[in-house]
Amino acid sequence: MQQFVNVTLTGLISGSVYAAFALALVLIWRSTRIVNFAQGSMAAATSFIALALIQSGWSYWLALVVALVSGFVLGAVVERVVIRPVEGGPELNAVIVTLGLFIAFQALIAIVYGSSFESFPAPFGLRGFSIGDTTIALTPNSLYVLGAVVVTMVGLIALFRFTRVGLAMRASAFGQEVARLLGVRVGRMLTLGWALAAVVGSLSGLLIAGGGLVWPAYMDALIVFGFVAAVLGGLDSPVGAVVGGLSIGLALAYVSAYIDPALVNLAALVILMVVLLVRPGGLFASSTARRA
Amino acid sequence: MSQPQDTTATSSGEMSSESPTESTAAANAPSAGASTGRSLLPSNTLLRHLLVLLLCAVVAVVLLESTDQFTNSQLAQLSYYAIAAGGLTVLTGLNGQISLGHGALMAVGAYTTALFLEAEEPLPLPVVLLVAVLLTTLVGALVGVAAARLHGPYLAGATLALAVGLPGLALYFREWLGGEQGLRVRAPRAPEAFDGFIGFVSGNPASNTKWLAYLGAICLLITFFLLANLARSRVGRTWRAVRDQEVAAELAGIDLGAWRVLAFVVSAACAGLGGAVLALVVRLAAPSGFTLVLSLALLTAIVIGGLGSLFGALLGSALLVFLPPFVTDLGADLGLNNTEAAQLAPFVYGVVLVVVMIFAPAGVVGSVRLRWRTWRARRAASAAGRA
Repeated sequence: MQQFVNVTLTGLISGSVYAAFALALVLIWRSTRIVNFAQGSMAAATSFIALALIQSGWSYWLALVVALVSGFVLGAVVERVVIRPVEGGPELNAVIVTLGLFIAFQALIAIVYGSSFESFPAPFGLRGFSIGDTTIALTPNSLYVLGAVVVTMVGLIALFRFTRVGLAMRASAFGQEVARLLGVRVGRMLTLGWALAAVVGSLSGLLIAGGGLVWPAYMDALIVFGFVAAVLGGLDSPVGAVVGGLSIGLALAYVSAYIDPALVNLAALVILMVVLLVRPGGLFASSTARRA
Repeated sequence: MSQPQDTTATSSGEMSSESPTESTAAANAPSAGASTGRSLLPSNTLLRHLLVLLLCAVVAVVLLESTDQFTNSQLAQLSYYAIAAGGLTVLTGLNGQISLGHGALMAVGAYTTALFLEAEEPLPLPVVLLVAVLLTTLVGALVGVAAARLHGPYLAGATLALAVGLPGLALYFREWLGGEQGLRVRAPRAPEAFDGFIGFVSGNPASNTKWLAYLGAICLLITFFLLANLARSRVGRTWRAVRDQEVAAELAGIDLGAWRVLAFVVSAACAGLGGAVLALVVRLAAPSGFTLVLSLALLTAIVIGGLGSLFGALLGSALLVFLPPFVTDLGADLGLNNTEAAQLAPFVYGVVLVVVMIFAPAGVVGSVRLRWRTWRARRAASAAGRA
């Protein structure tokens, strides 16, 4: 029983990070119909920037801010320079471009920082709280992770619901031409969308890194989990991404605890296949069924 | 692959750049060269491919005998990349389905080969290779059935999950598949006849490296011969129809799903053979050999060569073999240490993928062919103007 509770808690915490990552994918998918496979590498790049700053004596929080800002800039630059030429073109081309970015960024990190495993500090304690005389798998740091994800989501909802920029972004995602006719600078909105998504992606990269090890490819698994979560939620729906992320987190935690940690990635594959075959539109698809 | 796919179609090499009407014409007159009567090659497709096969075999022997041991092993490497890339280019270029899972499929072939050669009295090598191909085909069929319903980013994500997930099996079945260390492969010795053959052709010593290089070359030639015939046949035309005009193909009575599965199966078979040759050449089947980088390297090879072109896949594979030592040396000269310099190759792959897709989505072969056609059309137009 105690193990079950602990596994569930671990699953929910990592699930919340997957949810944030899936949200970043959904943000980009909604505006440009591109799945950004480079998201993981971009997030890894900003985490390594943060790590370098922390190692040179900066505080965690300052490094976090710098990493998020550099994520914003990176996302905007990538969209303007590399993605814009293939936007609206054949879908395969965009996929290949993001894959190219994915491997290029990952290799670049390894060239600059080396391929060794580095430990990434956590801002809060990693000792679980105790209830009575048992220690549960809920640590101050995991509360911070959960809090950061919730704050980000509330912030995004507020941005999209209550601000003019959010309205313009939704408009350009909904109908580019109409939005353009009504005076929305669609190009800028797309850039902003990518930049925001990169910030959210970077944040999830930093959250998953906290208290663990990082290496250039440490986000490889996360891009798969994030993608599975996003597809589970229908790729189009932010709420779906969150629910998908939490479910994936739980499912993988149970697989890891009760079957074998080596099978976690394979379990993600199985879940993805089942979802795509049984309900390709995802659990929360808002639009009509996609033509497979 | 609905309407947006069309643009790739018009820009990705000869097999792809044919509009539906042209490809029926192409079925009757297999190549532009043959129809104008200027080509020396016979007009019968099978005969022409056989002739090319023979030529390539001669070139391969000359190449392998005139180069040293190290280059021989590099050529062996080239052969397994090219076998897998050839399968991938048929899938992506002809049928329009992307796969990031070919690295994992190669792993299936490699592990099968390793397991079968481990036996006390292993089966003859061709049988082992065949079993590896069959088993990978089976896995490919399973993946293909799922993949047939997907497209673009969905397919990329699903096969990405395959590439990341499948190596987990090697860790789960530690005792059987060797876990992180993997399995050592006992490459069989060269037969007596091979020594005789080498002695007859060049008088070079017939080393084991040479034997493996020949083995790779033979597998490569057979694979490419079969693929070239397939691409030129009814099967290839149907794949192109499925890729370019889903609705029209369906109206013409083509079962889209079945043909997509078939493309995946053929492609997986190639990946399996590639993996089997890899296991023999590298003499190791371990999870670290089949990372996502391998899948992406294969993708780079076919993108830079030109999607859908077998020659392009060969060119791209040559790049995968000969580029890493070159850039690694370059990196060492620039003061990078070994592990850092080793990462330059994947970095170049990534940059190449992005740059090619933005500036020349047809790849090397496609772009050259496009230039050549434009030039010929212009010359024909000006000749007509003079007349």
